[in-house]
Amino acid sequence: MTSSFTDVAASNATLRAFLHGLPGVDRVGADQRAAMLGTRSIKTTAKARAIDLAISMVDLTTLEGADTPGKVRAMCAKAVHPDPGDPSVPKVAAVCVYPDLVGRAVEALGASGVRVASVATGFPSGRTSLEVKVRDTELAVAAGADEIDMVIDRGAFLSGDYRKVFDEIVAVKAACARDAASGKGDAHLKVILETGELATYDNVRRASWLAMIAGADFIKTSTGKVSPAATLPVTLVMLEAVRDFRDRAGRMVGVKPAGGIRTTKDAVKYLVLVNETAGEDWLTPEWFRLGASSLLNDLLMQREKLATGRYSGPDYVTLD
Amino acid sequence: MFEYAPAPESRDIVDIRPSYGLFINGEWVDSLGDARDKTINPASEEVLAEFAHANEADVDRAVAAARKAYDSVWGRLPGRERAKYLFRIARVVQERARELAVLESLDNGKPIRESRDVDLPLVAAHFFYYAGWADKLEHAGLGPAPRPLGVAAQVIPWNFPLLMLAWKIAPALACGNTVVLKPAETTPLTALAFAEICRQADLPPGVVNIVTGAGDTGQALVNHPDVDKVAFTGSTEVGRLIARSVAGSRKRVTLELGGKAANIVFEDAALDQAVEGVVNGIFFNQGHVCCAGSRLLVQESIEAELLAALKRRLSTLRMGDPLDKNTDIGAINSAAQLAKIRELSEAGEREGAERWSPSCPIPEKGFWFPPTLFTGVAQSHRIAREEIFGPVLSVLTFRTPAEAVEKANNTPYGLSAGVWTEKGSRILWMADRLRAGVVWANTFNRFDPASPFGGYKESGYGREGGRHGLEAYLDVRPM
Repeated sequence: MTSSFTDVAASNATLRAFLHGLPGVDRVGADQRAAMLGTRSIKTTAKARAIDLAISMVDLTTLEGADTPGKVRAMCAKAVHPDPGDPSVPKVAAVCVYPDLVGRAVEALGASGVRVASVATGFPSGRTSLEVKVRDTELAVAAGADEIDMVIDRGAFLSGDYRKVFDEIVAVKAACARDAASGKGDAHLKVILETGELATYDNVRRASWLAMIAGADFIKTSTGKVSPAATLPVTLVMLEAVRDFRDRAGRMVGVKPAGGIRTTKDAVKYLVLVNETAGEDWLTPEWFRLGASSLLNDLLMQREKLATGRYSGPDYVTLD
Repeated sequence: MFEYAPAPESRDIVDIRPSYGLFINGEWVDSLGDARDKTINPASEEVLAEFAHANEADVDRAVAAARKAYDSVWGRLPGRERAKYLFRIARVVQERARELAVLESLDNGKPIRESRDVDLPLVAAHFFYYAGWADKLEHAGLGPAPRPLGVAAQVIPWNFPLLMLAWKIAPALACGNTVVLKPAETTPLTALAFAEICRQADLPPGVVNIVTGAGDTGQALVNHPDVDKVAFTGSTEVGRLIARSVAGSRKRVTLELGGKAANIVFEDAALDQAVEGVVNGIFFNQGHVCCAGSRLLVQESIEAELLAALKRRLSTLRMGDPLDKNTDIGAINSAAQLAKIRELSEAGEREGAERWSPSCPIPEKGFWFPPTLFTGVAQSHRIAREEIFGPVLSVLTFRTPAEAVEKANNTPYGLSAGVWTEKGSRILWMADRLRAGVVWANTFNRFDPASPFGGYKESGYGREGGRHGLEAYLDVRPM
């Protein structure tokens, strides 16, 4: 927990008073601002830079019940060399898998520098006991996960039990700790708000602050299993929250929109949003990620088109 | 670092003639005098075109053409027929929207993002809206058999050249009047392009006449004895002259003049959106907006927070080439206007207000003024009283809702106001008490053809837009 917020977290009442004391979000205004930023025109050299930046921010993700070690291995290969024919393509930031496949991913990625993220804590609904969530996290961390993507208890949040949500984040954050002797630092904690279920932008802002006060390293929009998943206005509200949080607490928190980001055009809009809302400090894979599975191929195709002037097609990029 | 590459809209899509005449009776004619003016691109000071400076004899010809068209064709045409022409104009405007947007940005200096996304859609919307009214005038609630007035003399400003033209011409034609319109001397090009659109739409000759020129041309037009109606948008100073000159005559007048709007932010407002609204309120169109929110009234308890957020937001505004899609702030329309903005800003400093601007590169050529914020402003400062008509925001504070109302109303103007609060009851309470033609709640500078617009006090009289806008062009006394 960030120390300056000890009093805020003292009880559910103080948490509630704090979260409800945050300035509101006007939906119409936020939507308009996001739409306006979406019309910024990014071309030529700016676009080339944006595409490479976006690739380096991708959390390449597979979260299916049908995931197998083979599928994860193939995805890891792609994460390290997104385009086998072009070594100038940067590697992605991380791969994101279910906890039981963390070991396979760690093995497949080796010393490539691509991180392993895992959705622990009873993903995607989070409807399980705290003990199970903590154990889920511990196992993923033990298997070598660099980042834990946890889901918050939306039921508790919507019923006003902020303290329960807070305590769970604190507990999972503690479970992300790793023995210093392991040579690897603590796993980073990404807190998934599942904004589609929070319904209002006011709730998104409150949940963002709640997660940050509880110690989140990243706040993430969605699991990708609920519609709507990431949207520009929701990400705008979260970027405003991390920006304001740094002003107040002096600590930077990352942002990760996830789900539904499929095209280069979409990705560029998110980068513009980051640039003009939180600022360029956030424009690195360390502080901004794009949770996606199909986005990478579109980025690669657009990259090739910029370089060669020709648009190839889906058969010219690898499938997994 | 993440830099945007320049993405300028191409100017090849507009065809600017080196020289323009007057558009009278459906034809391009030369002025009877030999005075000529030039219009320049305020972002580069490059001469765009030369145009005629109409004299009294020219104005007389134009009014005569409008009278003839009114008597012989337009005044007798059934409403459904007039509607056809207006719908046609609206569609042509839409088809040529990109070209008109580029032309507007070239001539006026406003960012293409605004001319393309705000001005042109509204221009088309106004023609569509009033086309819909043309055959329903007796159902507008203005009397059983409203009749057109005759010939309308219309003088429009340079801040929204084509939009102001649409605000004036669309209701006038819908009601069965014919018009002689004089665009501003710094921005005649889109009005001249509109003359071509009238021809394209097969509008009968003389229904719309465009005379270019300066103040003397406007004066000749307004004073012409055969004019039935005068509509003017512009400065309060000129509005006064016009009111004086038509006083005692049978001419109807509507005046839409200056403003010094208050944008009132309460402590419970959605802060980030309020900041956006304040920015949009004063920096939209470089502040060249008569209803601009040029006075920010902020509740003292959040002053520091709001100012910090505002300064941060101002630092992200992009000033430069108006034709670049990524530009937020374009050029000041003319050297004279720039001088006026500078003069008033210096007065602000002298009077003791604190001036702040983000550091932004200023292009070497053209007329530019960075977005500017004055804090510590008192009601008695000139920058809190006079209309600056530029990207300059004066920040004042208040403590209670009653004080906010008092300060907001303490101005000779009364065109618009903005209220930012999450509390609905307070919005209604404020709207009841603010003496302004438009009160925006949790938004600013929103326009719609269905919504009437006009002022209190020195901001003028009469309403444009909506059902109310019809009244200005109709004789509604019973037959």
